[in-house]
Amino acid sequence: MTVSELPIAVEARHDFADLASRPVLKRKRPGQLIAMVVVGLFAVMGAYVIVTNPGFGWPTVAKYLLDIRILNGLLTTIELTVIAMVLGLVIGLVIAVMRMSDNALLRGVAGAYIWFFRGTPLMVQMLFWGFAAVLFPTIGIGIPGGPMLVEWNTNDVLPLFVAGILGLGLNEGAYMAEIVRAGLMGVPAGQSEASHAMGFSRMETLRHVVIPQAMKIILPPVGNETISMLKTTSLVIVIGVGDLLYNAQQIYARNLQQIPLLIVASLWYILLTTILSLVQARIEKRYSRGNNIQARKA
Amino acid sequence: MSEVQFLNVHKDFSGMEVLKGINFTVESGQVACLIGPSGSGKSTLLRCVNHLETTSSGTILVGGRMIGYEVHGDRLIEAHQKDINKRRSRIGMVFQSFNLFGHMTALENVMMGPVKLLKVPKAQAEAEARELLAKVGLADRTGHYPAQLSGGQQQRVAIARALSMKPDLMLFDEPTSALDPELVGEVLDVMKALARDGMTMIVVTHEMGFAREVADVVAFMDGGIIVEAGDPNEIISRPQHERTKAFLSKVL
Repeated sequence: MTVSELPIAVEARHDFADLASRPVLKRKRPGQLIAMVVVGLFAVMGAYVIVTNPGFGWPTVAKYLLDIRILNGLLTTIELTVIAMVLGLVIGLVIAVMRMSDNALLRGVAGAYIWFFRGTPLMVQMLFWGFAAVLFPTIGIGIPGGPMLVEWNTNDVLPLFVAGILGLGLNEGAYMAEIVRAGLMGVPAGQSEASHAMGFSRMETLRHVVIPQAMKIILPPVGNETISMLKTTSLVIVIGVGDLLYNAQQIYARNLQQIPLLIVASLWYILLTTILSLVQARIEKRYSRGNNIQARKA
Repeated sequence: MSEVQFLNVHKDFSGMEVLKGINFTVESGQVACLIGPSGSGKSTLLRCVNHLETTSSGTILVGGRMIGYEVHGDRLIEAHQKDINKRRSRIGMVFQSFNLFGHMTALENVMMGPVKLLKVPKAQAEAEARELLAKVGLADRTGHYPAQLSGGQQQRVAIARALSMKPDLMLFDEPTSALDPELVGEVLDVMKALARDGMTMIVVTHEMGFAREVADVVAFMDGGIIVEAGDPNEIISRPQHERTKAFLSKVL
């Protein structure tokens, strides 16, 4: 029976004045209870397996969690993340601005950069940097086809750590360029126009007006990229940089405790991502200054 | 001196001629209102004055000096960006959509030009900015962000921001068109006060009451030309041309 079919007399029997004086009841939702029971059961089963299966090797996990080799690897992972992200951001900003330039040549160069670094797998790029010495045994400054003024052995100036940074940072720059570009384009054109009308140059406008407002569009994806980068750094194992995962591998290659050492690495990764998420939330809050403020478009 | 002279100004927009030879003069200290239907070229003409739009041919002189271009042999060439920026800093502009900088408070919006462009010390710039905000009736809103202000308040901050650069000339591009009707008055009042102070102003507007009361000269534009121009009462009350009559009969 739909509402419209309800006989009016049924409603009229209620004393609405009396009903109005009492608080409304909350209808029971049995589905929620069932979900709770199901999730609870799975949680207990999971916990049971984790505690009782000796394969997890919790004593081994505890033993290696603070091992000096693990901590050294952790430090390398953090260094790789920070330096590669800074490099990626700087490249991304430059490429994004180039891509939005009036100059067709600069736009083309920026487009080609993004095309190349997004178009090939990061693992392959990483291997290329690792084997750079094969391609260019020496690097230096000189006249093309003429004599070299300064020259170095590639393996001396490009240690594996630097190769890893270049692999990660140059690739990140391509993705970051698109994030920055989206942010810059997200700032209404009227903002730049008002700035130009006041007499600010293009660069000043970018610096004082556009970038500060693009930040709140750019930051959430940059946070994502940073968290993603923390874990992507583990790709440096293909060129033998001693990061967290590499050092864990080195240990289990000898003692064959693969699972416990992978758990050790995972625990550190998850701790760091948790910290990064908290930092991200904080920074986003700071940059939401004057939120929702876009010049109203008429 | 800050008179504005339009000398045979043409503008093509990818083959479409939007300005077809504008000749018009606004004397120093005068208020000129540009009226006309949308698409008549009045906003484009206004935006040529500070070179936000380029022109195809013709010249615009502000204070007797060409703007946006310089003579190169027997032709005009676009001026150096630095020179254009310098000229722009002496011309205030107020937009239909306010365009206040969203990440700055009202005070910061008004301080920004003097501090960053004119290198005025911060304390002095702040004092002047507070004075300007008081002048437009917003002394109690200095710490508010644009999103926390009504349209009328935002537009008054935008006027204060333009005035902070101590301009010789003010351009208004439909300053009240995006406002709720009850907020139009507060913005027009600020503009009237500015006119009384002797500011040279060019105003693109649909406010015929304002044009009649404040303007020294009104120009009616249609189809990229100035159809007729002159004394506001003459133009608005006794238009000579059919197109002017047709337009005014719709807006009055």
